[in-house]
Formats: sequence, structure tokens, C-alpha cells
Amino acid sequence: MLRYVIRRLLLIIPTMFFVALITFTLALAAPGSPFDRNVTRPLSQETLERFNRYYGLDRPIPEQFVIYLGNLLRGDLGTSLTSRRPVVDLIGQGIGTTAQLGVQALLFALAFSIPLGIISALKQNTPIDYLSLLVATVGTTIPGFVTAIFLIYIFGVQFHLLPFVGWGSWQHMVMPTFVLALGPGAFLTRITRASMLEAIRQDYVRTARSKGLREQAVIVGHALKNALIPVATVIGPAAAFLITGSFIIESLFSVPGIGRLYVQSIQGRDYPMVMSTTMLYAFVIMIANITVDIVYGVLDPRIKVS
Amino acid sequence: MATAVTADQRRADELGVIARKQRSLWRDALWRLMRNRAAIVGMVVIGVAAIVALFAGVLAPYDPVTYQNTPKALMEPIWTQFFGSKFTDPGYILGSDALGRDILSRLMYAARISLVVGFVPVSLVFLIGATIGMLSGYLGGWVDNLLMRFTDIIYAFPDLLFLVIIVATLRGTAFGEILGGLVLIFVALAIISWVGLARLVRGQVLSLKHREFIEAARCIGVPPTRIMIRHLFPNILAPVIVSIAFAIPGAMLAEATLSFLGIGIRPPTPTWGGMINEGFVVFSTTPWPVLLPALCISTVLLAFTFVGDGLRDALDPRMKI
Repeated sequence: MLRYVIRRLLLIIPTMFFVALITFTLALAAPGSPFDRNVTRPLSQETLERFNRYYGLDRPIPEQFVIYLGNLLRGDLGTSLTSRRPVVDLIGQGIGTTAQLGVQALLFALAFSIPLGIISALKQNTPIDYLSLLVATVGTTIPGFVTAIFLIYIFGVQFHLLPFVGWGSWQHMVMPTFVLALGPGAFLTRITRASMLEAIRQDYVRTARSKGLREQAVIVGHALKNALIPVATVIGPAAAFLITGSFIIESLFSVPGIGRLYVQSIQGRDYPMVMSTTMLYAFVIMIANITVDIVYGVLDPRIKVS
Repeated sequence: MATAVTADQRRADELGVIARKQRSLWRDALWRLMRNRAAIVGMVVIGVAAIVALFAGVLAPYDPVTYQNTPKALMEPIWTQFFGSKFTDPGYILGSDALGRDILSRLMYAARISLVVGFVPVSLVFLIGATIGMLSGYLGGWVDNLLMRFTDIIYAFPDLLFLVIIVATLRGTAFGEILGGLVLIFVALAIISWVGLARLVRGQVLSLKHREFIEAARCIGVPPTRIMIRHLFPNILAPVIVSIAFAIPGAMLAEATLSFLGIGIRPPTPTWGGMINEGFVVFSTTPWPVLLPALCISTVLLAFTFVGDGLRDALDPRMKI
């Protein structure tokens, strides 16, 4: 087990190296320089050269990559080209909000999807089962920004019940959290239902029943305990879902997190910002996946971790 | 065929049972699919969308791109006049956008982009993914190693994040401007999605390649290419079809998201995601230019999902999730 954990952790290094290589190459392939934005008053040749020298853009490309990697290792993510501030500061400013939104959404998703999946499995082929399947299908199919639009229209524009611009009070958080939770929640509902359906048909559940346990004890103590193991594995993909969801939801609701920052830096061709944020996202998702694999091995010793 | 039937008949007579026409697995699957009401509704919706997209040039009342007269900008759909709206015009059934362009016409032309983005990259993915997955699974060796290392890296990126960074960086290049950015989106989608299919095909091939019928084929000297095409491929087709059925709405959703973020197909070409992006500025006063394309995306994506669910249930009843 320990060897497996160490191997998985070591695998982060080559993977992050390639992620860095890909983002670096793509940023290089992008046309235009960050300094040629003002068309009517272009910078003089001399100023341009000074800028390029200052940001190290006059060096050979492999050298630029090595410098970039070295800086990454030291935690220096570069300077944002649009706001002239260190990328680390900008990310640090937004990461709290984004993390809060993500955690709230994940908790909310778990809170509604697991009970819904369980009820739906216990009452298979009843109206409540069909309802939860419909919710799961709609939730996984309709993109978050489309759901958000309908909600903003109903609760924000028509009835003025909830604000839909900004962040701060709990009212501001209701809609972004709900929309962000919907996708992973719907997915989790499906998984919980399927795995619960399988669990309640197992022999050990029949044994538990036949020895006269109360129905509640059978479901909670025996079936559910095993049914939730596959659910744990979904939390990795859910983290990915929350991250990609966050930059759309944050832009839509003007939430001051790194998701919105990411979209703004893409539109403003702020490459140091785009590259660093991409690296950060890839890192978070990789850690989530590794954690899930390890937790899975602990929860279910039958899984061989080779 | 006639002799075969009579031979079956003769054999059946000998055994004293009633001969029944054989039904293939595919025919069974088709029958199950046709009994799935949601899948039928989905197919009808997709059919209607395809007809609208194909004949947009004939059906659309206006040109979707050129500006109409600006006093007619931000008209509301004609039914809103019954709820007291004064900004309707009988010429614009679904209203007009901020530049006075007819929303109905734009929605119709946007269906074209959506469907093309749904089908073209997925065909590429099928060709690349099935070929590489098959080679990797059947031959193993360095092809297999390379594929697995590559997938490990691709899997560290969420699809949409990868797509966003490819499209965002390359859309300004000459390549990114072909057909208003459509070709870049095709290629980017194909690059990202072939890996998943290759992995699926590889897994299927690995589970089949030591089965008796493949060994038998190998024993009688069938060349590897023929084994892969004639013996392995038909047997892995069912999960591949299901995966492709879900890849189509996935691609459409990705395009809509990119266009919504403003890095998809270039304006003025109408796309549903782009219309939402453009209309969002005036959303709180005039919601229709946003609500209508949002409705179109939802309907079409749901239709494809229903068909995908139906195909999955029909082709492999065990795979039910």
C-alpha cells in the first residue's frame, strides 16, 4: 500500500512536467505580443525591446522554458501582464472565494444526491424513482450556464428574490452554489442509485434481514455501508467538474474568484496568468484523483492496488 | 437463402418443433430501441432540428448576419403583446436582438453549427480512437505503452480546461481563423476526445483477444488485420456506439460553452452559445435573446441524451446505470 502511494505521488512529477510543457508550447504558439494592444499608439522599438528583455522574452525558447520551470518550483508564477501584479497574489486573492464556492457546492451536492439515490433505489420503478432519474438526466445534460440563465430569469429578473451579481451575503451565494452543485449532484444520484440497487440484492443483506434485523438497520448498517464505496470514487471527477464549472458560473454571477480571473485572462491574452491557473487546476485535480484512489483502497481492501 | 430456409424447415420438421425465423442481435436491439418512448421523442426532435438546419436558407425569414433596421432592435416575441408588451413586430415572430437581427433566423442557422460540431469531430474521434485502441489492445508493445502514458497525462486535465486553453491560445493564428474558428474547434475536440474512445476500445479488445473464437481464427492463419476488422470490431461495436451517442451532445455542449465564453465560433456567425453571450448584456431588461437559444440548446441536448440512453439500454441491457 505504501509503495503504491509513493509511486502515485512520484507520478505527479512527470505529469506536471508535461502539463507545463503543453501549456508553455500553446502559449508560445499564440499569435501577438502582450505589448501590441494599443493599435493607434504602438510602442517604440526601443521600449518594446526593453519590455521583452525585462520579461525574458528575448531569450532562446528552451531557455525560457527552463527558467519558467525553475520559477514554478520556487513558487514564482510570474507577473500578470494586464494588472502588472504577481500571479501568486492574484490567485491568492481569489482562491478563498473559489474554494468556498466549490466546497459549498460539493457539500450541497452530496446532501441531496445521496438520499435521493438511496430512496430512488429502495423504491425502484415508482414515481419518486422516475422523478429522481429525470432530475439526474436533466442535471447531467443541461449545461450549468443554461440552468443559471433560467434561474436568474425566474428568481432574479421576474420576482427579484435573489441577487445575481457579486458575492458576499448568503443571498448572493444561493444561486451560484445551487447551479454548480447540480451537475456533480445529478451524477452522484445516478451512481448512488445504481450501487444501492446492486447492494440490496446481495446475500449478506438477505442474511441480515432473515436474522430479524429492523429494516432501518439492514439498509443503513449493511447495504448503505457497501453501496457508498463506489460513490467515493466519483469525488475525483466531481472535483474536475466543480473546477471547470466554477469558471463559467463565476463569470456569469460576477463572483470574484479565480474562475472568473481565468476567463478574463484568456480574453485578455494574459498568458502567465492562463498558464499558472491551468497548472494549478491540473495539480488540484491530480491530487483529488490520487486521494480518491488511496481512499478507495482503504475502504475496500478487495481492490488490488498494483 | 432459399435453400437455407428449407434446410432449417426440414430440420425443424424432423425435431417436431415450429421453425422460427432467426433474429440477429442487432434486430433485437432495434426492436428494443423502438419501444423506448423517450428515445423516439429524442429522435423526432433531432430529425426536426436536422431539417431546420439543412433548409435554414429556405425556412429562415431573414438573413441571420446582416443588420436589419435598428429601430426594430430588441423586439420581443409576438406572443408577449398579449401580456402588455408594446415592443413587438409581426415581422419578427421571436423578436430581434440588439442589432435588429431576426432571432428566429439566427436560431435556425445556429442549429447548423451545433449539429455540424456534434457530428464532424465525433467521426474523427471514431476513426482515430477505434484504430489506435484496436492496435494498442491487440498488438500491445510500445504502441500500448505510449497510449497509456499519453492518456495518463490527458486525464490529469479536465476536458473543458484543455479545450479552453487550446482554443484560447490558437484561435488568433491563421489556422484558428479557418471557417470562423470552426476547424480549430473540430481539431481541438478530436485531440481531446479520441483518448477516451481508444481506452474503451483497448479494454474491450483485451477482454476478447484470448477468447476461443479469436484463437480459432488465429490458428487457421487469419492475418491480424483481418482478425481486427472482421472478428474483433463487430464484437466491440455496441459499447462504441453508445459512447459515440454520448460524445455527440458532449461536443455540442463544449462548442456552446466556448461560444458562451466568447472564444468559440467568431461572430457574426450565429451559434446558440454565442447568442447567449451577446444577449446577456441586456438580459435583465430583454431576456428573450438569451432565453430562446438557451431553450434550443437544452431541448437538443436532452434529445441526444434520451437517444443515447435508449441505445445503451437496447444494445446492452446489463450496462444500465
